Amino acid sequence: MRRLPDVSWKTLPGSQDITRSVLPNGIILLTRSNFNSPSVVINGYLPSGSIFDPREKLGLAYFTSVALMRGTQYRNFQQIYDRLESAGASLGFGASVHNTSFGGRALVEDLPLLLGTLSEALQAPSFPPEQIERLRAQLLTGIAMRDQDTSDRASIRFDELLFPNHPYGLPEDGFTETVQAIQREDILAHHQRVFGPRNMVLVVVGAVSASQVYDFASQALGNWQNPSQPAMPALPPVTPLNGPVREHITLPGKSQTDLVMGGFGPKRSSPDYLAASLGNNILGQFGMMGRIGDVVREQAGLAYYASTSLNAWINTGSWEVSAGVNPANLQRAIDLILAEIRRFITEPVSLEELQDSQANYIGRLPLSMESNNGVAAALLNIERFQLGLDYYQQFPAMVSAITPEAVLLAAQRYLFPDRMLAISAGPDLME
Amino acid sequence: MTNPTLVKLPNGLTIHLKEIHTAPIISHWAWYRVGSRDEQPGLTGISHWVEHMLFKGSLNFPAGMLDKSISREGGFWNAYTHLDWTTFFETLPAGKIDLGLRLEADRMVNSLFKEEEVESERTVILSEREGSENEPLFRLGESVQKAAFDQHPYRNEIIGSVEDLRAIQRDDLYHHYQAHYHPANALIAVAGDFDTASLLKRLEELYGGIPAGPAVIHPAQAEPPFQTERRVEVRGPGKTTFIQIAYRSPAAGSADFFAFTVLDSLLTGPTSLNMFGGGGTSNKTSRLYRALVEKELAIGVGGGTQATIDPFLYEITITVRTGQSVDAILKTVDAEIGQLQQARVHPDEIARAIKQARAIFAYGSENITNQAFWLGYAEMFSSYQWFTEYMLRLEAVTPAELQRIAALYLLPERRVVGVYIPTGEENLVG
Repeated sequence: MRRLPDVSWKTLPGSQDITRSVLPNGIILLTRSNFNSPSVVINGYLPSGSIFDPREKLGLAYFTSVALMRGTQYRNFQQIYDRLESAGASLGFGASVHNTSFGGRALVEDLPLLLGTLSEALQAPSFPPEQIERLRAQLLTGIAMRDQDTSDRASIRFDELLFPNHPYGLPEDGFTETVQAIQREDILAHHQRVFGPRNMVLVVVGAVSASQVYDFASQALGNWQNPSQPAMPALPPVTPLNGPVREHITLPGKSQTDLVMGGFGPKRSSPDYLAASLGNNILGQFGMMGRIGDVVREQAGLAYYASTSLNAWINTGSWEVSAGVNPANLQRAIDLILAEIRRFITEPVSLEELQDSQANYIGRLPLSMESNNGVAAALLNIERFQLGLDYYQQFPAMVSAITPEAVLLAAQRYLFPDRMLAISAGPDLME
Repeated sequence: MTNPTLVKLPNGLTIHLKEIHTAPIISHWAWYRVGSRDEQPGLTGISHWVEHMLFKGSLNFPAGMLDKSISREGGFWNAYTHLDWTTFFETLPAGKIDLGLRLEADRMVNSLFKEEEVESERTVILSEREGSENEPLFRLGESVQKAAFDQHPYRNEIIGSVEDLRAIQRDDLYHHYQAHYHPANALIAVAGDFDTASLLKRLEELYGGIPAGPAVIHPAQAEPPFQTERRVEVRGPGKTTFIQIAYRSPAAGSADFFAFTVLDSLLTGPTSLNMFGGGGTSNKTSRLYRALVEKELAIGVGGGTQATIDPFLYEITITVRTGQSVDAILKTVDAEIGQLQQARVHPDEIARAIKQARAIFAYGSENITNQAFWLGYAEMFSSYQWFTEYMLRLEAVTPAELQRIAALYLLPERRVVGVYIPTGEENLVG
């Protein structure tokens, strides 16, 4: 077997240098120090995502998240941003199906400012009416632009067909009519009921010690309570696809067609996740976008990009192929992609291909964690999917243990070329 | 961390090395002084296409082997073509960097440019361009840029025009490659976990034997600003109106560039020049955000300039709020700029812009790839000193200088105003 890359273990985060603690009110805190740069990154989430949105007010969780910094009981919008921007710092919120997420960075001297702003936004937002309306106009413009984006349109329709009657099948930022239906009272009520410290995760990485972070975080967020914070609603089951679906969304005046194909993938905790992930790397990522990139871009010259992605969440996942192609080449690209997938589920990948991808997975670890942002994302991943603090230390051994047979089994479990969604968006197919 | 080592080999190759031992990683960059600035009419996009061809095989690294070799070692790599330069980089685990060094030395002079690879890449680049054309802001930006210069190649999109991309032949590409890719027109920058003496010896082995090559001619000349405002309109699908206003900005080597950077920070928020990991702060307290977005004329505003050899453009991009008029927005922009021209700003505002710049540099220094980027980047339009003195030059900016710069550069008669007018076509599902 080809020798796998030597990875310097001491640089990878693990139980030896990650500090995990829980504040008395339930906030989970993860910290890793890095004194090589005078900066600090924070990120994290709270379980208050679009899963709580009423269907007719889809976008409520997202609207609430971006309204948090529009004014608080202590400061107006301009005062909040004046403090942050004067320090060259940033903080922003967003929402996914499960979570309200946040991320920010600052020079380390401004970490108390960053955590103080986070705390005010979470605990004491005032949602000023004029700011809500200003924001609504911005959100509606964002949706109008999304409606004209070929890649977004294909992805949204893909999700809708893969996850019918399911929160995963709906865009978190809502639709024009649902955003118009959201009232300020809805935002207030959503915040009051759903936002709370229990199961909130806060990650801090940078030029600061774990004990300092604990003190700052306790001071900023330690007194927060919300006795009415609800449990996470159960997700409905997903229904298997029972035949192929081919749809085209016509967007007049566009030059390129974006294509999304695929179906279900493993959930993150599935035993075959890692085999599927390595398989995905071989199929559409390794080198210049794997086997599919090689056939569609490198050999046939049909596309600027043609790659695959495996998206694994708490309860399920998707396995997708994306490509941007000239409209005249669309069907040829689809045929080539299907042929590659058929081959992928019929014969095992070669040992050489697998070893290449294994080496890539292991070798890239230090690179993906050279910045505070990279480490913070890794720590968040560890907590979100309960991977264990030593996950990245054990990762090379887990990756090396995957065999071509395991990849083939995973591929056969999730990829069905005869029951695949293929959604395109672009100019009229007849143009 | 040590001061960088700056060396020039007898064949003219410049080498910049900086040891950083915080992580077992090395980032290696090969910079060439060639970009869309060096392109003649009929050959727009040729620099970018040459960049693509350097991924399609060289004497010792056949096509398809290159990317696999890098990926196998867990590295990442990419290349970029810009107005004044083209750059290629590999970031690898420290023990594997020799692969990147050998690869760049080989493709500096031994790239193959096979006919069939040229043809396959033609459709890939046309597809890349078609993807950009789907974006209203690309189409608007292309028109504004074209209107902003009469002759200077900065008027062309880096990716090139569709006509030229269809017409360029293999020999055109190979000639462009031979004319610009050689040691005297290049700079090698390496940052990371290495020993300078050993690495320098290895670079001398790999690059020292490559002949210096002919002197490179850069025919472009700075173009004086025009004297009457120009307007362009672009129509296309969608429901959203965009405005782009482009003023001629100072060259990076001009003393005015630093005051202009502060001006940009005040008007539309700080611009980050980092290529990796150095995203800055938001711009919600900038003067134009407050005047346009807070006053509900616009949905968003952003702006920025670039560090270039010749004067390029300071571009302000505005997403118009539904129902608001382009004229009302332009009047507001003029009023805000008028204030900067008529009254001196408080020194605190300059101090704030400097702190923002300091933070952006700190974020960028977390990352070795970005540190290697800075070792070479400033040499492409000025000198390495430009980078080392950057903060000092910003700190020297005075309120009086800002006022002078605003009055000199931000004149309505020296700008292009572009408007994207949505045709509002309905979507059809088929």
